[in-house]
Amino acid sequence: MNPVIEKVVHTLRERLGDAVEEVREFRDDVIVVVDRSAIVEAVTWLRDNEECPFPLCEDVFALDAYERIKRFEVNYHFFSIKEHVRIHLKVRVDEDDAVIPSITGVFPGAGWYERESYDMIGVEFSGHPDLRRMYMPEEFEYFPMRKDYPLMGIPGALPLPKRG
Amino acid sequence: MSDKTKSSSDLYDTPVITTHLPPREKRTKMLQALLDMDPDLSFDDPLENDMVLNMGPSHPATHGVLRILLRLDGETIVSALPELGYLHRGYEKIAENETYHEFITHTDRLDYLQPLHNNVAYILAVEKLLGIEAPPRAQYIRTLLSELARISSHLVAFGVMAMDVGAMTLLLWCFREREKIHDIFDLVVGARFTTSFTRIGGIAQDIQDDGIAAIRAFIEQFPERQLEAERLVSRNRIFYDRCRNTGVISAEDALAIGLTGPNLRGSGVPLDLRRDNPYMVYDQLDFDVITESEGDSLARYYVRLKEMEESLKIIRQCLEKLPEGSVHAHEPKKVLPRKERIYTRMEELIHDFMIVNFGVNPPEGEVYHAVESAKGQLGFHIVSRGEGHPWRLKIRSPSFCNLQALPQLLKGHLLSDILAILGSLDPVMGEADK
Amino acid sequence: MGLESALGEGYITTQLDALIAWGRKNSLWPMPMGLSCCAIELMSAGDPRHDISRFGMEVMRFSPRQSDVMIVAGTVTYKMAHVVRKIYDQMAEPRWVVAMGACASSGGMFRSYSVVQGIDQFLPVDVFTAGCPPRPENLFNALIELQKKVEKSSVLDYRDRKEPIIVS
Repeated sequence: MNPVIEKVVHTLRERLGDAVEEVREFRDDVIVVVDRSAIVEAVTWLRDNEECPFPLCEDVFALDAYERIKRFEVNYHFFSIKEHVRIHLKVRVDEDDAVIPSITGVFPGAGWYERESYDMIGVEFSGHPDLRRMYMPEEFEYFPMRKDYPLMGIPGALPLPKRG
Repeated sequence: MSDKTKSSSDLYDTPVITTHLPPREKRTKMLQALLDMDPDLSFDDPLENDMVLNMGPSHPATHGVLRILLRLDGETIVSALPELGYLHRGYEKIAENETYHEFITHTDRLDYLQPLHNNVAYILAVEKLLGIEAPPRAQYIRTLLSELARISSHLVAFGVMAMDVGAMTLLLWCFREREKIHDIFDLVVGARFTTSFTRIGGIAQDIQDDGIAAIRAFIEQFPERQLEAERLVSRNRIFYDRCRNTGVISAEDALAIGLTGPNLRGSGVPLDLRRDNPYMVYDQLDFDVITESEGDSLARYYVRLKEMEESLKIIRQCLEKLPEGSVHAHEPKKVLPRKERIYTRMEELIHDFMIVNFGVNPPEGEVYHAVESAKGQLGFHIVSRGEGHPWRLKIRSPSFCNLQALPQLLKGHLLSDILAILGSLDPVMGEADK
Repeated sequence: MGLESALGEGYITTQLDALIAWGRKNSLWPMPMGLSCCAIELMSAGDPRHDISRFGMEVMRFSPRQSDVMIVAGTVTYKMAHVVRKIYDQMAEPRWVVAMGACASSGGMFRSYSVVQGIDQFLPVDVFTAGCPPRPENLFNALIELQKKVEKSSVLDYRDRKEPIIVS
């Protein structure tokens, strides 16, 4: 692990305590799994710390792990312009309680990413100022990126104009 | 506008149509007029009220199928609300149902102004997941061609922006240069537009001498043509005045909203992944990161213009340093074998069969790899569960993130400034909508 | 009279037909419905190298009221289909539709939940063009085929759409 990232992860663990559930590393990508209650605190600290600030929120996206417990995961990517390193956070939630605090208060740029995650997977972000669908029409009922949604869609879910 | 949206953030004030009452003194006057039974009474004078204007999704200046709802006070934009999704093609869902090789052709259509760059970005993420690396010659050729793709993308940004503010000739000149790049791709890659050139662990085919000669001929004549085109607009009073001080965004705001690429560098933040997080062979090459401090449309235009010169520099160095050797990594279970060997050797036939039918089966895990494309940071996040196709593939497309700054940039400007601002942001809806 | 020798023998309606069809054929004004990748090749078709004006079609009108042929260039999603149809309905008759590229013709490589698998589901199409995207030359091929069709059509039943042309 990169020493800079190692230090960041260490401090995150100290600050958040048990909220840091797991730290994974794969091909130099460090993923810190945190509890959803601590996500806003974690990103605020990442942005504001002195040693290695992460001012750029690159992406937020949700994925469907298709498991009974903790079905949905939301990933966050942050990039540090000072140290040129990247850190990934991950939050896991259950299907029947898929609500995560929004980080738009810390990174306004996360607004559209969260809208996209809501549109595609159906994870809700509490405190988001404008949580609407990003791509699909408002009247669309399904969440297309869920694993149980077929690739070719459900017939009749999206209307077409008449040929006439 | 409800109080909720007002208090939360300026970025999200949506143009909700409500009754806009005139100021109090005028209201009492109107009430008096109503009591006097005055028949000439009118509450909805268009000059006194806001107006909601729809722009797009089929509009010549929205660079594709972007739709913007504008709330206007006279000709001044009070707020703007972009709506996306008119070109949402479900790339990420398609990726989950295809092998890693099959998805290469889909990356062409993401940012269709620079298909080769997307191929490279995607394949680098897959190679990171697999833990393999292409040989140096392949890396140099990838770098070289992706810089050519960057020039072709900037040429469109350059020409279209000028066309939007009224200089039609430049677009034709830029397309003339682009055709030359297309010819090079035709020669080197085999397709002029949708290249699909990269393969896992290498590239489709090696570059030949005539291809190198064509690239040399192109970079010989390009600076002169660029100067010619630049002289047409850069010192043009109309162009200058329309672009200067429009769409100003400070460095802090640009970072907070997530701008990347030339748009961020136009605000003075020297973030360039080619230098800061080097991939391929960029760490062995000498080039400058262009920044401008003003943060307006003109600054973004100049960043793109100067970046084309830097790209030429990179291409020149790549041509000089181009090493000899194979263009395919020696990883028989991951890299597609050559066609002529499939027909003559048993091992290669088996590997080809396995790779085509079942995929490359990377280990379980997830990686994120980002490159600096012409639009900004283009990243692919791949989650693998050890199967031949990705479990989840997320595309971090720069145009999507750059468009997010649009409401902020448009606010307070005149209606006609939209074109200069949108042109300087250079979004491509293919990747913004995914 | 000299006019008769120029237009050939026959009834006056036929001659008027021929004259109008000839006029229509040589002044097809396209409405570029540029949606995605194909739109870039459509722009390339107008560049100095390919020069679409050789065929009398350089007058690209973004207003549907002023155009005769809609070139649907790119992937049509369900969300966009309503917009495409609305613009088609705004075009004045006679009007023709060219489906440029694989996506507009059949959904192409995008077999997914949000892409309409062929615009002929909601639009009458005259020419289908193969390619992803078609080279500008192939677009010209399609437009020349359309010109031939327009030349043969009559004023009264120009909507004779029994067989769309497929250009590959």
